Amino acid sequence: MFDDQLQDNQLQVIGITRKFGSFTALDDVSIDVRRGEFLTLLGPSGSGKSTLLNILAGFDAPTEGRLVQDGHDVTRKPAEARNFGMVFQGYALFPHMSVARNVAFPLRVRKVPESEQKRRVAEVLERVGLSAHADKLPRQLSGGQQQRVALARALVFSPDVLLLDEPLSALDKNLREQLQLEFQRIHREFKTTFIFVTHDQTEALALSSRIAIFNRGRLMQMDGPTDIYTRPSSRFVAEFLGQINLFRVENVTSAKDGISGRFGECLLAAPGHVRDPAWVGVRPENMRLKATQPDASQNAVPVTVNAVSYHGPTVLLSLTAATDGTTNVLSATMPASEWTDFDAQKPHWLCWSRDDSLVFPQENEAEQGA
Amino acid sequence: MTMFKNGGGRSAIVWCIFVLPLPAFLILAYFLPMMGILSWSFTDPVPGLQNYARIAEDQTIHLLFWRTLRICLTTAVISVLVAYLLAYHWILGPPARQRLIEMAILIPFWISVLVRAFGWLILLRPKGLINENLIALGIITEPLAMVRNEIGVVIGMVHFMVPMAVFPIAAVMRQIDPRVIQAARGLGAGSVRRFIEVFLPLSMPGVIGALFIVAVFSLGFFITPAILGGGRVVMVAENIFVRMLQTANWGLGSALAAVLLVLVVGLIWILSRIVRLDRLL
Repeated sequence: MFDDQLQDNQLQVIGITRKFGSFTALDDVSIDVRRGEFLTLLGPSGSGKSTLLNILAGFDAPTEGRLVQDGHDVTRKPAEARNFGMVFQGYALFPHMSVARNVAFPLRVRKVPESEQKRRVAEVLERVGLSAHADKLPRQLSGGQQQRVALARALVFSPDVLLLDEPLSALDKNLREQLQLEFQRIHREFKTTFIFVTHDQTEALALSSRIAIFNRGRLMQMDGPTDIYTRPSSRFVAEFLGQINLFRVENVTSAKDGISGRFGECLLAAPGHVRDPAWVGVRPENMRLKATQPDASQNAVPVTVNAVSYHGPTVLLSLTAATDGTTNVLSATMPASEWTDFDAQKPHWLCWSRDDSLVFPQENEAEQGA
Repeated sequence: MTMFKNGGGRSAIVWCIFVLPLPAFLILAYFLPMMGILSWSFTDPVPGLQNYARIAEDQTIHLLFWRTLRICLTTAVISVLVAYLLAYHWILGPPARQRLIEMAILIPFWISVLVRAFGWLILLRPKGLINENLIALGIITEPLAMVRNEIGVVIGMVHFMVPMAVFPIAAVMRQIDPRVIQAARGLGAGSVRRFIEVFLPLSMPGVIGALFIVAVFSLGFFITPAILGGGRVVMVAENIFVRMLQTANWGLGSALAAVLLVLVVGLIWILSRIVRLDRLL
């Protein structure tokens, strides 16, 4: 099993560090990219994800570390020799060439015979739904159409890997969602490895087979979308990917099946192990609002309701948990139909199962930039 | 902007003070005298079109125009080639090279065209620095003829025109999205193909603009051909000067000036059809 996975690694990023003067853009990053996967590099701006993509593309070289493709070191191989497709932020289409000539460009470069070029351009334009626009110039197309041309141009030569640098960031929300579905379909059809850079966490969760989260040049965690969302390994990942409510707990005691710690007068329990002091985190969708105090098997915190916003099927509650002078502003969602039973003026209890709790240490926080 | 919206009276005053002086000055100092000169071409020495009839028939005048056009075209092509290389390194070179090229472009601007023409004369004449040194080194035995002919005139004019050609080319090169070039690289194009298929076509508006600008400037050149041509390579402007001030044939001189003006306006019109002029700035 382990050996099979090793075989399947198409690209290996091995201990790559990139420094610009005294600034470290990438700090000892190692990633194995599996053949055919949809890997998303996710992180806030300046986290190093674009630097890594430039190194993968060959536009930049690492200060330390190696890049291995199918067992061959390609760290210093120039971009034009790598046979990677690339979709740029802002598309970077050739403004003086028609759509068909743009798409044929990588084939012309590779000296593919003219008739074969025509056939493959027609086929790929058909697949991205642009056959009717083959003779237009890029500036005559809409943003979404230009994006599809960029995608067609990057896929027409069957590249080993397709690199996508924030390709959807310039589009409006509806078009973005539509193109996300199309990217998934195209990924399935072409069976090419996609490496996708974005700062948009919903996009990452929706598209990827795996997500690599970056912060301040370091790889924080790499996992499938479900794993990374339900089991974030650090407070940074938990906060960056979705919403999370955090409780600072003290006097942490460890037991066989987890920890418990004091948040004001409440005792909060969670699976896992962590040293004192720590954070206990819960996703808003895992919390329930109750009018009475539940039994001790659940974690519960007394709260008052600050504000309620109606989101159609659900309501989003803004709550304050005040115990012993520790004030936390929390958010929780609940079905809109259930909310009608509550009286916002009264105090309530916010409860959740100990199994839905996450724990994070408080040490090294400055370093993590949380 | 609010001052323009505070009623018609206020904005009329603003127009009178800030905008009107320029067109007024151009009309008084340029347009009216020019109309006067053009009118001579129909009235001197007697009313009629005889001056234009002579331009249409006279072989020496035809030769004069062909020579002028030939020198302008040669100058334009050579200037644009040199300017393209300079602009390329000015925009894309490392910072130290960019500063060096800036100096090389700007310093000639501070030196009078007269001084530059005499400078070239000192270098190029038969007993000049270049010929003397080449003879001393034994590379040639007879001095090369580099002045009093078209070669000398073209050298002097190219030297004057290269900076003029650099600016429009550089302006267009600066507008080329570097990501487009990077995209070509990412798609597998080597440096030669990136240049020929992407960078060169995208910089062509600048090249065409520069060709026309240099050609238009060159048509009216006077001092450089007069000094480096030494009276043997006479261009239209020098010929107009001779006819008007030395042979006192004001009518024919102004008719030649009118033809030159039509050529210049025609070239600018063609240019404005091909490229957007505001992109050249």
